[in-house]
Amino acid sequence: MDSIIEYSPILIKGTITTIQLTLASAVLALTISFIVGLARFSRHRSVRAAAICYLEFFRGTSAIVQMFFMYYVLPLMGVHFSPLTAGILACGCNLGSYGSEVVRGAIQSVSRGQHEAALALNYTTYQRYRYVLIPQAIPVMIPTFSNLLIELMKLTAVASLITISDLTFMAQIIRVQTALTLEPFLVILVIYFIIATLLVQFTKLVERKFSKGRQVVSDGGR
Amino acid sequence: MASVEKIIEFRDVSKSFGELQVLRNLDLHVNAGEKLALIGPSGSGKTTILRILMTLEDIDTGHVLIDQDYLWHQQVEGKLQPASDKHLHKMRENVGMVFQQFNLFPHLTAIGNIQQPQMLVQGKDKADAQAKGMDLLKMVGLEEKRDHYPHQLSGGQQQRVAIARALALEPKIMLFDEVTSALDPELVDEVLNVLRMLASDTDTTMLTVTHEMNFAREFADRVLFFDKGQIVEAGEPKEIFSRPQEPRTQDFLKKYIAGIA
Repeated sequence: MDSIIEYSPILIKGTITTIQLTLASAVLALTISFIVGLARFSRHRSVRAAAICYLEFFRGTSAIVQMFFMYYVLPLMGVHFSPLTAGILACGCNLGSYGSEVVRGAIQSVSRGQHEAALALNYTTYQRYRYVLIPQAIPVMIPTFSNLLIELMKLTAVASLITISDLTFMAQIIRVQTALTLEPFLVILVIYFIIATLLVQFTKLVERKFSKGRQVVSDGGR
Repeated sequence: MASVEKIIEFRDVSKSFGELQVLRNLDLHVNAGEKLALIGPSGSGKTTILRILMTLEDIDTGHVLIDQDYLWHQQVEGKLQPASDKHLHKMRENVGMVFQQFNLFPHLTAIGNIQQPQMLVQGKDKADAQAKGMDLLKMVGLEEKRDHYPHQLSGGQQQRVAIARALALEPKIMLFDEVTSALDPELVDEVLNVLRMLASDTDTTMLTVTHEMNFAREFADRVLFFDKGQIVEAGEPKEIFSRPQEPRTQDFLKKYIAGIA
């Protein structure tokens, strides 16, 4: 165990990289989730079709292969990304496809009566989504987004395969240099678990903020 | 009430949902300021009339006019074409609607529900919208509930807020779609009292679909009895309720009195 402590600086560095990768991918995934999820409600068929293509492509292919594609294949076409950028793009695009389904489902769960009330009050389509449907859909989205965030954090471990020096990558280095196997992996398991716990606490905080004073599902008031 | 200006016209309007025809060649005129009660068995098409006026349902054939302007059509170079979204948006300014299930926005307080449409749709600033909202909440007797969310209010209170919300946009025509049907019996009167007050105090044209016959009798200038997508009988409340001419009307009212309809 002493040698692990000796390597703690690179474990800390790896932890920071994992957190950076997770947060940056999460921001990207969230943005994509809303864009692609809302595009499913577009009145233009081409926009809806593009959203479905995106969803099926990124959900239907392996995240590791997507990452390899961005890091190894795209440079052959003249597009160069740093390992970190490729990792963020792959993780963000992949999780964004799942997230878009969360957004779509949550908005669809808002009752028809809410659509009709907004229309009767002469809201524009934009106002209807911005001020009526999305605010009611967000509390519905949060628990599922919370799960996806954990999934995303765990997915970032794959990024070590494209030479990003995250936690998993650092554990490999320690293993090679010290010939220890149990210790480095046990330590990073614990670190991953701690990060996941912190993320869950964070999403609970967000959930509480959004559900303040609200009842998510209208019961018709009987 | 002296005005005889036609504010609503249905000309030969038909509407089907799949196989089911809900309106058959309907002709209907409503004068500005008139208070109308629409009665009849379920599925007779009375709610569909309100939903067409609110642009929640379109029509299959015929024409609907509001204030001499086509609702579901517009004139383009002298020809009548289906209405654009822009045209519908403009026409909707004339109409407000209160729903059976209230449909208040659950994430906004009572005052927020009344304030937001004024700000978004009419571009009012917050202070104006709030002042108007408080006046309306006072009118429906709920000023002390201004900061309550819908789920903290009873059904009757929610419906009164919903009425205030629709009134805040000052539509010329107000539609009330079975506004007491979802309420517990003891809460019906507080909502009907608001409608009674509106009927006597305002020039707003009001169309009410209702199963409350006693209310229809005192509220309406004219009662329309619907069955199978057509107006079977129309007239002043006392004629319809005391001396119905058509067998179908007599039958319906008899069932109603017996507590079946």
